[in-house]
Amino acid sequence: MSTHTLSVLVENKPGVLVRIAGLFSRRGFNIDALAVGPTEHDEISRMTIVVNCAEHPLEQVTKQLNKLVNVLKIVELDPAASVQRELMLVKVRADTEARSHVLDTIELFRAKVVDVAPDAVTVEATGNRDKLNALVRVLEPFGIKELVQSGIVGIGRGTRSITDRSLRPVGDGTRATERTA
Amino acid sequence: MTEHTTPTPPSAPSAPSTGPGPGSRITGAEALVRALENSGVDVVFGIPGGAILPAYDPLFDSVKLRHVLVRHEQGAGHAASGYALATGRPGVCMATSGPGATNLVTPIADAYMDSVPVVAITGQVPTPLIGTDGFQEADISGITLPITKHNFLVTNPGDIARTIGEAFHLASTGRPGPVLVDIAKDTLQATTEFEWPVPFDLPGYRPVSRPHSKQVREAARMMVEARRPVLLVGGGVLKARASTQLAELAQLTGAPVVTTLMARGAFPDSHRQHLGMPGMHGTVTAVGALQKADLIVALGARFDDRVTGKLGSFAPGAAIVHADIDPAEISKNRRADVPIVGDCREVMADLAAAVASEHASGRKGDYDAWWALLDAMRTTYPLGYEHPPDGSLAPQYVIERIGKLAGPDAVFVAGVGQHQMWAAQFISYQRPDTWLNSGGLGTMGYAVPAAMGAKVGRPDAQVWAIDGDGCFQMTNQELATCALEGIPIKVAVINNGNLGMVRQWQTLFYNKRYSNTDLGPRGTRIPDFVKLAEAYGCAGLRCERAEDVDHVIETAAKTDDRPVVIDFVVHQDAMVWPMVPAGTSNDDIQFARDMAPDWDRTE
Repeated sequence: MSTHTLSVLVENKPGVLVRIAGLFSRRGFNIDALAVGPTEHDEISRMTIVVNCAEHPLEQVTKQLNKLVNVLKIVELDPAASVQRELMLVKVRADTEARSHVLDTIELFRAKVVDVAPDAVTVEATGNRDKLNALVRVLEPFGIKELVQSGIVGIGRGTRSITDRSLRPVGDGTRATERTA
Repeated sequence: MTEHTTPTPPSAPSAPSTGPGPGSRITGAEALVRALENSGVDVVFGIPGGAILPAYDPLFDSVKLRHVLVRHEQGAGHAASGYALATGRPGVCMATSGPGATNLVTPIADAYMDSVPVVAITGQVPTPLIGTDGFQEADISGITLPITKHNFLVTNPGDIARTIGEAFHLASTGRPGPVLVDIAKDTLQATTEFEWPVPFDLPGYRPVSRPHSKQVREAARMMVEARRPVLLVGGGVLKARASTQLAELAQLTGAPVVTTLMARGAFPDSHRQHLGMPGMHGTVTAVGALQKADLIVALGARFDDRVTGKLGSFAPGAAIVHADIDPAEISKNRRADVPIVGDCREVMADLAAAVASEHASGRKGDYDAWWALLDAMRTTYPLGYEHPPDGSLAPQYVIERIGKLAGPDAVFVAGVGQHQMWAAQFISYQRPDTWLNSGGLGTMGYAVPAAMGAKVGRPDAQVWAIDGDGCFQMTNQELATCALEGIPIKVAVINNGNLGMVRQWQTLFYNKRYSNTDLGPRGTRIPDFVKLAEAYGCAGLRCERAEDVDHVIETAAKTDDRPVVIDFVVHQDAMVWPMVPAGTSNDDIQFARDMAPDWDRTE
C-alpha cells in the first residue's frame, strides 16, 4: 500500500463528482482526499484525488476512471516532481496567558492568524500533509477547538501543463494511447 | 432552458416521419422521435405513462418506428437486449418516470453485465418538480449510474437530438453497453429547432479499436512457441462480429478453442478444434485444457469467476495474452503477460497475419502431443446424461431434441438455471447470434421477453425460449404481447416443479434440505402452463414422455400463427454435470457426482 495522487481532468457537468465518487465506493477503493475546482478552461474541472492502494489496484482505479465518459485525462503526480498543498483552518484555545506561545508556534510554521477571540485564535496554514500534521501536533497541547482541512491540490513542477503529452498518463491498459483534454 | 419552455405554434405540420425542413420549430417529443428515426431505429419496446406521454403522441404518427406495447417494463428492457443480440443493432426501450423507470433497472443491469447495446429512454417529472419527491419521481440517472455505460438527464429541448445521437454512439461502439436518456416532461413539451446530424460532444470518449502491432507480434511469437495453447473465446468476439476472423485464426494456428457461455456460437461446435464451454459447468476437456495450458489467448473474455473457479489455482502454468476492447478488463482478474487493447475483429485479423509471417519464417507451433492429450480427454469424458430410471423425461434429452429439430439456424434464448446450462451444453451451436442468455447478471425471467425481442429483430428465424418453470413465472406476461403483436415465439418450459439449480446446490451442499425450492407438489399443476398459454392466446402443449418429444416439437415448429408454449414435465432430480463447485479450483471438477476426472492418467 502506498499513497498516490491523481490529477483528473473532467468535463464541468452536473453529476460528474458523484460518478467518480460512486466508482470509488462500488469498486472498493478508498479516497483519502479529494478536491475539485475550476481550471483555466471553463468547460473543464480538475480533481485531485489521493488514494491509498497498491500498484495493481491503482491501475484498476485509473482504468475504470478512464472509462467514465466525462473523464478527460488522468495523470499521477509524482511527489518529487510536483507541488502538493492543502489548506487547514484550526481554532486553537489561546487565552491571554497562552497566546504568545501559540503565536510563536504559528510563526515557526509560517502560518497566520485570521481571527482572534478573547480565548482563541483561528489559524490558517498551507502546506503538504506532513507539515500540517506537524503543526497540529504542536498545537494540540494548547487545545484544538475545531479543525477543518481542504483536500490536497497538486500541480506538476516545471513549464509543462497537464495537457502536455509528455506527462505520463495512466490507466489506458497499454500506455500506448493517451486521452487529452 | 427557460427560453424554450413557452410553447410556440409549430411553423409547419409536424408529422415526425416526414417533418418540416431544417430550422423550423418542433416539440422536444417530436425531436426525440425524429432523432430515433434518424438513428436507424425501427422498433421501440415500451409502455407509456404520465411523464413520457408527450413522446407517445408523435410516436403514434411515426411510420418508421414500430412500437411494441409490452406488459411490464422489464419485458421491454430484455426485449431490447434480445433484439440487439439477434441483430447486432442497438435495442431500444421506453418507459415513464418513477416505477416505469425503476422497472427497467433489472434489464439495464443485465445488459451492462453482458455488454449489450441498449438505449433506454425514460420520461422524467417536469423540471420544476425534479428534486421535490414529485409524483412518480425517481432519480433514475442516479439509480442507474453503476449499471449503465453512460446516462443523461436532458432538461433542454435543444439537447435532445444530440443526446440521442450520442446515446446510440456510446451504446454501440467500443465495449457496447446500455445507455439511459432521461428526459423531463416539460422538455418534451417545449419547442426547439431540429438539426440532424448533430456533432457529438464527447471529448472524453475515445475507444481504442486498433491493436498495438508490437503486442500482436509478441502474441504471435508466443503462439508458435507454445506447446499447449488454448484460444479462450468470450462474448467480445460475437460483439465484434468476428466469427470469420476467429475461424481463420483457429484454422491457421491449429490451436484448440473453448467458447464461454457468452460466446456459444462464435465458433462451430462441430469443429474438430472446439473443446466446448469452459467454466463451472463446462466440459471436462475445456476446463482441463485451460488448467494444463502453457498459453491462453483470451479474446473478448473477462476471466469471470464462473470460468476461472478459484482464481489463484486457475491455469497455473499458462502465460496470458489478453485481447479486449476494454482496457479495464485486462489484468483485472488474471494478470496479462501480453495485453492487447483493441476490437477483437482487428486483433484476430492482425494476429493471424502475424502468425502467418511466423510460419513463413519457418516457426510453426507443434501441438501434436497437446492434441493427443486433449483427444484422449474428450474421448474419456464426453458430455452426457442418463435417462431417469422411472421412465420420466430427462430435461437434457428434451433440450437436445429441440436443438436437433430446430437446427443451427434457429435462435435459442435461455432463462437462468439448470435449463440454461443444459441448453448451453446439449444444443450444437454452429453460427453466431443463435444463443442468447443472461450470463453475467443471471436474470431469471430473461427468456420470454428476450426471445420476443429476438423474434421481432429476426422474424424469419425460428426463435425458441428454453425456460425453466421458475423463470417462466417471472415474465410470462409478455406472451400477451407476443400473441397480440404477431410475434410467434416458441417457449419450451423445462418444468421440474422446482427452482432446479438452487435445489441442485441444496442436494450437493445443504444435505438435501430443500428449503423453499419446491414450486408445488407433483401433479398440482399450479399454474397449469397449457391453460395459461391458452389464456394468453398461445397454443399450449404438454409432453411427459420421451416418445412424444419429437412430435410435440414438430407441432410447435409448424405453428406460426401464434406463440407456442410447451410444458415439458421433466424429472426433478436431474443435475447439471460436470461441475466445479463454487469457490473451488477448476482442478476439482467433477464430471458426475463425486467422480473427478483423472487427468494425469490420460497424459
